Amino acid sequence: MATAVTERLRNYLEAFHALGAEERRQPAWLRALRERAFARFCETGFPTTKDEDWRFTNVNAIARTPFQPARDARRSGAIYGDTLEACRIPGASCQLVFLNGRFAPELSDLGSLPQGVRAGSLAETIAQHGESLEAHLGRYVNIDRDAFCALNTAFIEDGAYVYLPRRTVLEAPICFLFISIPGDDPEMTHPRSLIVAEDATEASIVEDYVSLGSGVFFSNAVTELVAGEDAVISHYLIEREDRQAFNVSTLRTQQARSANVSSHSVLLGGGLVRNNVHPVLGGEGGECLINGLFIGNGSQHMDNYMLVEHASPHCSSRQFYNGILDGHSHGVFHGRIIVHKDAQKTDAKQTNRNLLLSDDAQIDTKPQLEIYADDVKCTHGATIGQVEENALFYMRSRGIDETSARSLLLLAFANECLDRMKCRPVREYLQDLVQGWLPGTSTAAGTDAARGGEVARRWEEVG
Amino acid sequence: MSILEVKDLHANIHNHEILKGVDLTVNPGEVHSIMGPNGSGKSTLAQVLARRESYEVTRGQVLLNGKDLLAMKPEEAACEGLFMAFQYPVEIPGISNAYFLRAAVNAIRKYRGEEELDAMDFLPLLKEKMRLLEMDEHFLSRPVNEGFSGGEKKRNEIVQMAVLEPRMAILDETDSGLDIDALKIVAKGVNAMRSADRAILVVTHYQRLLNYIVPDYVHVLVDGRIVKSGGPELALELEEKGYVGWAEPGSAAAD
Repeated sequence: MATAVTERLRNYLEAFHALGAEERRQPAWLRALRERAFARFCETGFPTTKDEDWRFTNVNAIARTPFQPARDARRSGAIYGDTLEACRIPGASCQLVFLNGRFAPELSDLGSLPQGVRAGSLAETIAQHGESLEAHLGRYVNIDRDAFCALNTAFIEDGAYVYLPRRTVLEAPICFLFISIPGDDPEMTHPRSLIVAEDATEASIVEDYVSLGSGVFFSNAVTELVAGEDAVISHYLIEREDRQAFNVSTLRTQQARSANVSSHSVLLGGGLVRNNVHPVLGGEGGECLINGLFIGNGSQHMDNYMLVEHASPHCSSRQFYNGILDGHSHGVFHGRIIVHKDAQKTDAKQTNRNLLLSDDAQIDTKPQLEIYADDVKCTHGATIGQVEENALFYMRSRGIDETSARSLLLLAFANECLDRMKCRPVREYLQDLVQGWLPGTSTAAGTDAARGGEVARRWEEVG
Repeated sequence: MSILEVKDLHANIHNHEILKGVDLTVNPGEVHSIMGPNGSGKSTLAQVLARRESYEVTRGQVLLNGKDLLAMKPEEAACEGLFMAFQYPVEIPGISNAYFLRAAVNAIRKYRGEEELDAMDFLPLLKEKMRLLEMDEHFLSRPVNEGFSGGEKKRNEIVQMAVLEPRMAILDETDSGLDIDALKIVAKGVNAMRSADRAILVVTHYQRLLNYIVPDYVHVLVDGRIVKSGGPELALELEEKGYVGWAEPGSAAAD
């Protein structure tokens, strides 16, 4: 296998061997899976823009940086109180904290979850009940198709694990907080999470990626979410890492009959960000909502890639993505829908709306529908525009100053996405977060101070 | 002092002269109507007064409460007490009617050094004005004008006017597209606002609205100039005879 590794991937080879030596505790099936994934990664290497799925995103900067496995930051003795406080979603049922990809129990708040529910570290679960994961871990992501998924799978070590027994209903969200702490040299983590929701469960899960400090860092995350029959699960991803961070994430969901899964992605931070959402509607009557908001500035690159697979009849999917791009930022919306041969009565809809705030901002939006069934309804639409001058004048003519009016219009545009979030604590947390991040504040650092009184007020609906 | 004083106002859009020397004085307590055929410059006059930036003022002066209106931004004019009900109210998805209006009220209050209103103080005020305009409470949480019918949009404009309590209100063809019932509701809302220290300028093509909002003065605007002024009877005369004889043949349509 090693012979196939080019000089360029040497750092990965060394890291893989180092991890292999440490991870003797992993069960044989997992070691085999990781070996296979690494072999696959070495075979393909990183994708290029010649690859249709990567046409608009050049990952050369990732490929040529010799990332090393991130240090175990849990031993640094640093204090994370402020960061943790700022990233805590009020009303969450528990918060699992990961430092450089590793579970940090002393920083986590495990709350009190109902009997039978598990929420904790994947590494611990592998060590203690490894056999219980075999049915799901690595069964859904396609390591042959996606080099980043292969790379992540090769480096499975830690991440979050959630198990919801049949009929569990959790009103308060479960939160994973992944804190990356850049060092002097470029480092990488491959957080791997697994969420298994049995039949008739209901829960919200939040994955939040933040940086502590500034520097080059590569987070390559994969989450597999298995939703049983009639399960209603919502997943939230928040990317707000440092501008020098690379973040590639994949959410792969597998839905059984009548399961209802929603994925909400909010991309704010990071330098080069790619978010893959790949639901497979594998049972009749399934529903999925893929909702996203991306706000780019400076030279940020944000690529939203969706692959919705309708594999069963009578399923519906909805994709709604709104992008706000300023500066030289570059956004991508690539919405691929595959309707398999037997997936009759599929109802799929896709909408991407974008606001470009500067002449240098750029958006590539690409619908891609592949329909092999003959009785389906699939629609797609995309718009690209600027802040509406008429609306701006209308608001100003009512006394609202131009800066505030502009911010309000952006906030309204962002709220189209946030309003689709059913989990109230998460929605409200994100409304505050996004408001602080919108252009109008030149630093976009999440502070309210720079903005006018009315705009800085909490967004709310009256009546 | 007059609330509004327009002197020799000339304005262009895309280098095309629309207003060619308008003179108009509006005093507190008065209701004026500007009537004129299509393309006469009625809407341009309203837009210039509301400070829409796409119009270029080339000559003349406008004073609002003695202050130079033409030096003001749209939001400053609003804070100084000017209000225009739009001919085509704009839809703003994602912002609720109630939130929008409270933001407006508070922007104006802040400008005047008054304390801002919180939602609890503001809501009863807004509900009262909505009842006057016979608008259901569900419009509070609806996005501004989105999905409203034509009549609902126009009524919503008058709700805004009632809440913002301007000193100088301009209605830009508020009657266009309204059925008689909606017209009566709008007129009722406007008439409730008539007061000794407020002035209203009704810009309209038809006399119909003036049956319900009876003006003190009527001005006929033709080809960018006021060609005749008189009392409410002038509106009836125009209704009977039309603008024939006023409009110069071949004058370009501009509104």
